[in-house]
Amino acid sequence: MGSLGSHAARIPDADSIRRETGFSQASLLRLYHRFRALDRNKKGYLSRMDLQQIGALAVNPLGERIIDSFFPDGNLRLDFPGFVRVLAHFRPIDDEDPGIRDPKEPEPLNSRMNKLRFAFQLYDLDRDGKISRHEMLQVLRLMVGVQVTEEQLESIADRTVQEADEDGDGAVSFLEFTKSLEKMDIEQKMSIRILK
Amino acid sequence: MRYRVGEAHSMGFQVFVPFSPWSWLLLLVALKCPEASSDLNESTNSTAQREPNVRFAAAGSESDEKISVFALDYDYVQIPYEVTLWILLASLAKIGFHLYHRLPGLMPESCLLIIVGALVGAIIFGTDHKSPPVMDSSIYFLYLLPPIVLEGGYFMPTRPFFENIGSILWWAGLGALINAFGIGLSLYLICQIKAFGLSDVNLLQNLLFGSLISAVDPVAVLAVFEEARVNEPLYMMIFGEALLNDGISVVLYNILIAFTKMHKFEDIEPVDILAGCARFIIVGVGGVFFGVIFGFISAFITRFTQNISAIEPLIVFMFSYLSYLAAETLYLSGILAITACAVTMKKYVEENVSQTSYTTIKYFMKMLSSVSETLIFIFMGVSTVGKNHEWNWAFICFTLVFCQIWRAISVFALFYVSNQFRTFPFSIKDQCIIFYSGVRGAGSFSLAFLLPLSLFPRKKMFVTATLVVIYFTVFIQGITIGPLVRYLDVKKTNKKESINEELHIRLMDHLKAGIEDVCGHWSHYQVRDKFKKFDHRYLRKILIRKNQPKSSIVSLYKKLEMKQAIEMVETGILSTAAFSVPCQAQRIHRIKRLSPEDVESMRDILTRNMYQVRQRTLSYNKYNLKPQTSEKQAKEILIRRQNTLRESMRKGHSLPWGKPAGTKHIRYLSFPYGHPQPAGRDTRVAELTDNDSSDSELPSIMFKAHSRAGILQERWLTQEIIPMKSLPRGGKPSHFGYQRNTSQEEHDGRGRREALRPKPLFHAVDEEFESGEESGEETSAIRSRWSGEHRPTRQHHRSHSPLLQRK
Repeated sequence: MGSLGSHAARIPDADSIRRETGFSQASLLRLYHRFRALDRNKKGYLSRMDLQQIGALAVNPLGERIIDSFFPDGNLRLDFPGFVRVLAHFRPIDDEDPGIRDPKEPEPLNSRMNKLRFAFQLYDLDRDGKISRHEMLQVLRLMVGVQVTEEQLESIADRTVQEADEDGDGAVSFLEFTKSLEKMDIEQKMSIRILK
Repeated sequence: MRYRVGEAHSMGFQVFVPFSPWSWLLLLVALKCPEASSDLNESTNSTAQREPNVRFAAAGSESDEKISVFALDYDYVQIPYEVTLWILLASLAKIGFHLYHRLPGLMPESCLLIIVGALVGAIIFGTDHKSPPVMDSSIYFLYLLPPIVLEGGYFMPTRPFFENIGSILWWAGLGALINAFGIGLSLYLICQIKAFGLSDVNLLQNLLFGSLISAVDPVAVLAVFEEARVNEPLYMMIFGEALLNDGISVVLYNILIAFTKMHKFEDIEPVDILAGCARFIIVGVGGVFFGVIFGFISAFITRFTQNISAIEPLIVFMFSYLSYLAAETLYLSGILAITACAVTMKKYVEENVSQTSYTTIKYFMKMLSSVSETLIFIFMGVSTVGKNHEWNWAFICFTLVFCQIWRAISVFALFYVSNQFRTFPFSIKDQCIIFYSGVRGAGSFSLAFLLPLSLFPRKKMFVTATLVVIYFTVFIQGITIGPLVRYLDVKKTNKKESINEELHIRLMDHLKAGIEDVCGHWSHYQVRDKFKKFDHRYLRKILIRKNQPKSSIVSLYKKLEMKQAIEMVETGILSTAAFSVPCQAQRIHRIKRLSPEDVESMRDILTRNMYQVRQRTLSYNKYNLKPQTSEKQAKEILIRRQNTLRESMRKGHSLPWGKPAGTKHIRYLSFPYGHPQPAGRDTRVAELTDNDSSDSELPSIMFKAHSRAGILQERWLTQEIIPMKSLPRGGKPSHFGYQRNTSQEEHDGRGRREALRPKPLFHAVDEEFESGEESGEETSAIRSRWSGEHRPTRQHHRSHSPLLQRK
């Protein structure tokens, strides 16, 4: 671990990244090493292909969408701050001093709201702020085995939207999404221990 | 008393190498017991009265001997027959055990084996039959123990093991020592109390008993709390402890036996103790050293076995066994030797041997260890139901109590210390799980059973106490550890969730697993990097076959892919209709009133059919190999991905440079016929190239079901890529070259074998390369077969690279 310390100086804008994301110095260093390891051609940024080469992501039903979430707004290059920013959503929530936070500062990236927002964008591909029935159906298709028939999928999608939809517009807005998950322990589900 | 394999015998063993160990075992047993007479011997013929080895002698002396049409001779086959029956009975019991699908999650499989053993014991006892003496010292140490240890070492996941090796050695080594001496000393103190009538048990005997009773077998309970998703370091702790524990106990046992023989009185000098410690270390380290040497030798030999792949499993097993025997000859620890051999050999052997050999090795290893363990447990059952017990309340109760107490002490003390040095310390919850998983197993029983009666006049008491501890820990702890782990893990009660929640929960699990994969494994880069560099530069060159075609491995999976793909299309699962993005997305939004049963059935459908989250943590089952469902799921996902890829490409070709979120990026790995690429698009696709391969049975798998409306070709050539054709763009050579070059350079950057072989189906695989991301264990079985496959496949590809410059 001590040998990693010498690399600390190499991370560009380390301080601002730390402020923004809340990672510790050690975690940031590890992430930097991981970033460098993924960047096979030493381009200095990551492309989609670099992430696609992570084997396990290919057998993840949501693999492509996860990769897409790293490249918002049609970017093609992922630099280190962007990489860290996405991963910051999965930091475990700090239990200490919740009240001392300055209300004027933006919410930390790993707050419950932001975690939910991140999950929401996996559904909402067209970024209209709503999960339409069609989008729900697409996600369902991704996540379910091939034995389930189309009709069954459609009725499940219908039911899902129906359960969450409160204002009757046939789509699930972000607030409705949040509300349907209010009983769930999002903080634990979307936190990765090693990202402290 | 341990039977030492003398030199003469080791010569003999070499002669018998062609025989499998089992036939040798049976032969040996049969020779040892020529006169296994029994009451069950219902013979209707006078030949039965004779000894088996006289069976074939001329029968002419009997005057009234007639040729009997039907005769029964049980003596001749008794031993092998009964052994086989036992094994069969245990296998049938296992089948039954797994038929009821909830049972494996409730109790560990060793429970089952013990019950079967007790049953057999009861039968034998009831019928007053003399059981075949399958278990004596030499048989146990020479034949029954090595397979069990080999299996443990072979299936050990190396990366997490070496990441946690400090903690594991600290915990397993010191833990075993603390437990052994603690229990031994406490029992000695108890024995001093005159009231219990144990004063004739001296210190050494108690220490010996302590060492053998502290041998735990926690792996047996791993299956029970597998679903609770025990985190990886914890898993490794338990596994590592099981692995090293046997070795350490046996070493300690032998040292203490040597002490017992040397000093009949209690005056052990400090010099002897120091010698004992030194011996302990030398035995351990020497064993490992031997194992590593043999591992490298066998890996080297498998390099040359292309043409006789049928002997590959034989080489693997024989060399491991030889390492065990060689270490034993020198009074070193054979167990640690065979473990080290398995660990060393595994990586290289797996890459060298053919797919079928690989499967054979895995299954055969499981089978051997399973048979060994079954026999030991059955023998344990046989000795349970019998007359040779000595029940001493005090000794037994205190043994139980001290076992638990000392285990708790060692766990909490040792982990408290090691937590100071760990990046991710073990929580108290984890430590409780480790404490509670201290289940004893076959190892303790064997060591107790093999205590020499001459040195241990009260051997029966020891055996009884061991049996009680085993029964207690296996049944009570084994059955309750599942609920305990689930209780410690679950934060909320399992109430019924709405369909919404289920879907979202599963989505988040997948998301979390995906992000974890992006983060990768964090560990000590430096050491791992150095080792990897060394490995690549020297070891692989020596030990891995040149021009590794990997054809058999890849071809097998290709075949499976194709077969499954064909099936899927033919049964209409992946028909175009199913995947077409419904343009008529403006369906009439019907708000149906759904009855609760409908909702229930929906929930049912979801729960049953949603894809499982990829298990990032390890999954090891001592008695089974991992089932193939995860592979099936992975295949489905990949095939479907390829499909949607195809669809979106077809639709998306008119899009400009910036892609919408739904499109995927594909990468072309090889262009045998120089197909033009869409200019400027950073697209790649993984194709399987089957080119001018000499191996004619290697079909390339290019899932073109959609292109041909369901007509599949038997031999699919990857050359043609539909979206390519439909794209009106012409390919610009420079871009083409750029594409090619980048892939080329990435391939060259590998610096590994220059195989000219087909690539895996889906390229999106992680690979091992110099800067050290170990992907082998990260990924599922398929992946490990598919990984590292990025090799340039054609000669003429290479010719391009020097010509074209990288942008």
